Amino acid sequence: MSTLFSKTSSANAEKAATPVDAPAASGTIAKESERLIVLAPGRAERNYWSDLWRYRELFAILAWRDVAVRYKQTAIGMGWALIRPFVAMVVFTIIFGRLAGLPTEGDAPYPIMVFAGMLPWFLFSSILSDASGSLIGNANLISKVYFPRLVIPAAAAVVALTDFLVNLLMLAALMIWYGFLPGWRVLLLPAFVLLAIMASLGPALWITALNVKYRDFRYIIPFIVQFGVYVSPVGFSSSVIPENWRFFYSLNPVVGVIDGFRWCLLAGESRIYLPGFLASLCVVALFLWHGVRYFRATERTFADMV
Amino acid sequence: MSDVVIRAEGLGKKYLIGHQSNERYTALRDVLARTAKGLVRSARDMIRGRQLIQGDEVEEFWALKDVNFDVRRGDVVGIIGRNGAGKSTLLKILSRITEPSAGRVEIKGRVASLLEVGTGFHPELTGRENIFLNGAILGMSRAEIKRKFDEIVAFAEVEKFLDTPVKHYSSGMYVRLAFAVAAHLEPEILVVDEVLAVGDAEFQKKCLGKMGEVAGQGRTVLFVSHNMAAVRRLCRRAILLSRSRVFKDGGTEDIIAHYFDIMDREGSASQDEIEKRIAGFPPDPNCRLIRVQLRQEGKPPARVESAKPLEVVFEYEILQETVGFHAFFRLFDNEDSMLFESIDFAEEVEVPSVARGSYRSTAIIPANLLGARRYEIALGVAIAHKRYCTPELIRIPFDVELTGKINQCLPGYVSPGKLLPSIDWRMEQRPQS
Repeated sequence: MSTLFSKTSSANAEKAATPVDAPAASGTIAKESERLIVLAPGRAERNYWSDLWRYRELFAILAWRDVAVRYKQTAIGMGWALIRPFVAMVVFTIIFGRLAGLPTEGDAPYPIMVFAGMLPWFLFSSILSDASGSLIGNANLISKVYFPRLVIPAAAAVVALTDFLVNLLMLAALMIWYGFLPGWRVLLLPAFVLLAIMASLGPALWITALNVKYRDFRYIIPFIVQFGVYVSPVGFSSSVIPENWRFFYSLNPVVGVIDGFRWCLLAGESRIYLPGFLASLCVVALFLWHGVRYFRATERTFADMV
Repeated sequence: MSDVVIRAEGLGKKYLIGHQSNERYTALRDVLARTAKGLVRSARDMIRGRQLIQGDEVEEFWALKDVNFDVRRGDVVGIIGRNGAGKSTLLKILSRITEPSAGRVEIKGRVASLLEVGTGFHPELTGRENIFLNGAILGMSRAEIKRKFDEIVAFAEVEKFLDTPVKHYSSGMYVRLAFAVAAHLEPEILVVDEVLAVGDAEFQKKCLGKMGEVAGQGRTVLFVSHNMAAVRRLCRRAILLSRSRVFKDGGTEDIIAHYFDIMDREGSASQDEIEKRIAGFPPDPNCRLIRVQLRQEGKPPARVESAKPLEVVFEYEILQETVGFHAFFRLFDNEDSMLFESIDFAEEVEVPSVARGSYRSTAIIPANLLGARRYEIALGVAIAHKRYCTPELIRIPFDVELTGKINQCLPGYVSPGKLLPSIDWRMEQRPQS
């Protein structure tokens, strides 16, 4: 192609001012982080996780931005986080507890049992919906600056986590109202919160990555959320599931998470179904592994697609 | 000190251009439909014993091909070339935003890229909050930002408004703050796109000064620009990209001479080529540009006459109601310095909103303004305070021939200066006292 042009240079370009002097050798160049980065097609980032660690401050500040903007923009933001679970609790208690007459777990009041299941469910569903739209929402960042893309959906998950903390306070209030005391197992709650986050991040990352490529993929989220709330034991206890179906039922990763939450919060009243719980754990791990892997495989092309 | 910090070997970047789908993003249902269609076609072809052609709706386009160069520590390198030569793609690869499709690059040291100012600014957050946010996005640590905070604020001259959400800032303040943060980056390798094209002349001067300072500190700078004056001032070495390849690499003066050479040679892009280029632009959700054209007396001129008004015509479709949509152009001389910019709504009281529909906008450059020389006009459509709706401005070079009354009594005389406006002169005899 380049033979199309002649090699002669035109002399009409004006002779102009000399460029700035060549920089003097200086010792100001930082010696740290003299690592070699190699960019090549399909090259898996070797220090991906350490890179992610380097960008922890960006993660913190993006998470903070999302939270700040959410609570700044709408005075209702806070109220919304309170009203939604409360209304859902009332509805589920009436439908499942009163009309259908389903049993609670042990003698925990039905609303508390519902709320303990709703906490992880709302965490799951909001991570799923917030994260999946997050890359599109931050398209300007992705097309202008490099950073591990995982930071963005992870930061979006933090917003869901703050809502979760608000809901947790509501549960505490509810427990005080009913005079219900959780036992020592409540101390294990953080572990189950972590489990809930992992259970949601797996599918969330997968859908997030797919959503960049196929924009109509986001329509799947409301479907999962609407359908999932009835499929998962949110409004009822998973003990109402017939014994021989229970294992299959537990393949829904949210089942393990919700059972775990109830086990923590409902004192000694709730018994965990161990094989099912382990199955849930495996499914969670599988989803997470696949989600991260798919996300990593596609993230280098995000900038070309958003 | 002269060790290599960037080495590119056989670097290439391929994009796939879909010919049928005019969408920026794909929808799963389209893919499914197309796959089904493709399968049927393949099956039919197989039965008839014809060769199977895969995806005849997709064309490969190499934005960069077989690019090789080394950059040593402390080099300040200008990257120049016509629009579409691959400069932006090269920057995107170097700043790790997108990955190459072929070849490799080795980079030693921390890279900061400045492809736009104010990346990630959030209108709801205050100036103070945005400094931290933007700093982190550009790769500064919290401690680093804290250390430089006062300096940044002083540079931006926004002390009084630090705790005001930036949505209440004037656009000047906004840009100043954004640039101030970027200016205080201290990476070992700085990659800069034409951020200098924003803001007023004074601001551009400030930016250039800061860039010179950075270069003076022995850091490596890659600088993409159309502004040859800036490239001359900042860079000793330049790389000229043409048609996705490195055309020439060497001393700035020499390379700039080659650049103008190429501009001359490829300058007279035909209307067909322009339209083809526009058609190849990635689709924009708000606007579809259909055609731009220069006209005189309603038709494209064989030669532009100085005595007749020059019409700049844009034809486009607005796909959804858009606040702040505008067509604009910039006029450059043959040395690529901008003479002026003109925006369609510049004289409105407030930023208008354009409803869905097909439009034609015509700007009229008055007669008797341009001189007998080569100009280049860069046309674009954009959304105010948001973005350009095309990946680049469409540049059309044209030569102006002097007609009309100016200098008619001085045959052969070529007026100096970049414009040759018709000026109202009066001479009257003063009464003798």
